[in-house]
Amino acid sequence: MSNFKENVETRYKISNLWNVVFTTATVISVFMLILLLLNIINGAFGYVAIKNTIEPTELINSGNLDELNEIQLIELLESHLSRGLIRRFNFEKPLKERSNTELMNLIFERIIEPRIVKSWNLKESILEKNSILHYAEKELPGAHIQFRAWLNSNFLIGSQASIPELAGIRTAILGSLMIILLTITFAFPIGVGAAIYLEEYSVDNMFSRFVQVNIYNLSGVPSIIYGLLGLAVFVRGMEPLTSGAMFGYGDPTTTNGRTVLAAGMTLALLILPIIIINAQEALRAVPQTMRQASYGIGATKWQTIWTHVLPHSMDRIMTGTILAVSRAIGETAPIVVIGASTFISVDPSNIFSKFTTLPIQIYQWTSRPQPEFRNIAAAAILVLLILLLAMNGFAIFTRNKISNNRRSN
Amino acid sequence: MSSTMELKMHKEERNIVKDDRKMIVSLKNLNVYYGNFHAVDNVNLNLEKNKVTALIGPSGCGKSTVLRSINRMNELLPETRVTGEILFDGVNINNPKIDAVAVRRRIGMVFQKPNPFPKSIYENISWGAKINGYKGDMDELVEKSLRKAALWEEVKDKLKQSAMRLSGGQQQRLCIARTIAVEPEIILMDEPASALDPIATARIEELIYELKKNYTIAIVTHNMHQAGRISDYTSFLLINEDRKGHLVEYGVTDDLFLNPKDIRTEEYISGKFG
Ligand SMILES: Nc1ncnc2c1ncn2[C@@H]1O[C@H](COP(=O)(O)OP(=O)(O)OP(=O)(O)O)[C@@H](O)[C@H]1O
Ligand SMILES: [Mg+2]
Repeated sequence: MSNFKENVETRYKISNLWNVVFTTATVISVFMLILLLLNIINGAFGYVAIKNTIEPTELINSGNLDELNEIQLIELLESHLSRGLIRRFNFEKPLKERSNTELMNLIFERIIEPRIVKSWNLKESILEKNSILHYAEKELPGAHIQFRAWLNSNFLIGSQASIPELAGIRTAILGSLMIILLTITFAFPIGVGAAIYLEEYSVDNMFSRFVQVNIYNLSGVPSIIYGLLGLAVFVRGMEPLTSGAMFGYGDPTTTNGRTVLAAGMTLALLILPIIIINAQEALRAVPQTMRQASYGIGATKWQTIWTHVLPHSMDRIMTGTILAVSRAIGETAPIVVIGASTFISVDPSNIFSKFTTLPIQIYQWTSRPQPEFRNIAAAAILVLLILLLAMNGFAIFTRNKISNNRRSN
Repeated sequence: MSSTMELKMHKEERNIVKDDRKMIVSLKNLNVYYGNFHAVDNVNLNLEKNKVTALIGPSGCGKSTVLRSINRMNELLPETRVTGEILFDGVNINNPKIDAVAVRRRIGMVFQKPNPFPKSIYENISWGAKINGYKGDMDELVEKSLRKAALWEEVKDKLKQSAMRLSGGQQQRLCIARTIAVEPEIILMDEPASALDPIATARIEELIYELKKNYTIAIVTHNMHQAGRISDYTSFLLINEDRKGHLVEYGVTDDLFLNPKDIRTEEYISGKFG
């Protein structure tokens, strides 16, 4: 007579039930991600209706500008554009010295001036193509329909403009990249250093526990508060440094501390607690036996840390850093608070320049009334995602290389 | 019992304790505390030069703790306190003024679980020598150390390979080679063969027999036969009623095994201990 009841079947049932729960959770999150991505792509591509401000047929009966010679082209420009503008063009490069193609481009941009009058998103463009064409024929006489990828090379290398189809994102990409590089430069060494101190050097006492609790709390502080701190300390308090005035750089009248440097320092502060906590976890995961082995043959603390503990934990430290930096790239609030410029067309040239970033550009565009701004916002989001993916990919590649070396040398 | 016969046969070969024997390490009134926990109570123990001293006793009686005190590894654990004298060549090294790093080169340690560095076999040995300021020919030192640890023939063709790919027994011999490479005077071994199969264990035992020509060895073991086979002296530790570990008996191995003075020693070595 056994004291055990046959229960394998029920245990399997429960086990399978949990399996279903976990699978569902995964499916839901993947579904959400796909939804997000589709939503963005939906805005970044689609049909547009383009209408010329002045039709070529109004300039020349045949409508074919190729038939005109240089003199006639210049005449056209002079008759349709203001004197001031002509003077400016002449100043840049005399019209007479310009080639036919250059003149034709000027006429195209300035006189014919094609403008997008209506845009459709990708879903509409695919599913309702006929009704779009129909609508355009009836409501938008003279416009022609064209499929447009809002994410195109002109968008990537163009600078900010007030007309959506001409606006580009180069300044914001450069701003984001410079800031993130600075953020890593500050946050990584300081964060890892602090983690090493807390894990390997500090003794367990009231003070170290106090520091530890504070670091945990800081990692949960809303990012806008870091923005306020950055504004007070880096922008205002350290203005001579962050504006570059101290080194004779920058233009204090326009930047006054609201620079790439201040933004990098603020974001570094924001992700510092996350890097510290992750690095601490990584150091804690290094087996104690490895430290003993090192001390056992007469190594000092630093030799042990540098040769064994750090190489062994570097992949985990990097994983934590990647997550933290990814968060920093997407941060908007603190950057807005410390005063990023929302409309600049000058690229940041050094760390004391004014700047804008991708998230700010996106935020600014989505709040504009014209629907076309939402299209370029979607395109900018795609750029941000690709940038994130590229940086993470590179970091993960490096990390895997490190850990492979560790395992197989 | 056949093992008793064995021990008797060995007895004649063993050196009889002479008066000119040199105590390279003397523990005097050693007490170790982990926080409030008094783990080792007043242990007095000597290590004779070029002899093997075994530490035996039931689990948790403080063998590892005593061993770790000798090269000051205990102070790496948080809230640990060691009192009493640890005389090494006549100098009390249980003194904050004495540099523990320098002590650990002269008193090496081999751990229970093989713990080679996750680096190449070569680097496992060269690193310790390098940080301790070795100026000679590194290849030569690596070969010499591996030969002494009876590992050279097995690994000479794959010195650049990761040490993690060696078998457990090979790893443990590598750890011994790593310890030998920095030319210590004493080697502390904490159950060096407990994770190994009988063949690997036999190799380690042979190795210990070889090593004692040049080194002084202290070894913790749970294997009574092993203690009987390899050690010259044995010390038996036990936990008393207040949970502190203390030394019950210390003496020449054969005496202790054949004529234990304390009834508890006799019970323990004959396996009657409960
Ligand atoms: N790091 C530590 N912190 C607190 N207590 C410890 C620590 N290390 C050991 N102890 C305690 O000290 C006592 C002696 O431990 P020790 O490891 O020296 O025993 P041992 O004789 O080596 O046992 P075993 O044969 O199982 O290895 C035990 O009660 C143990 O719980
Ligand atoms: Mg032990």
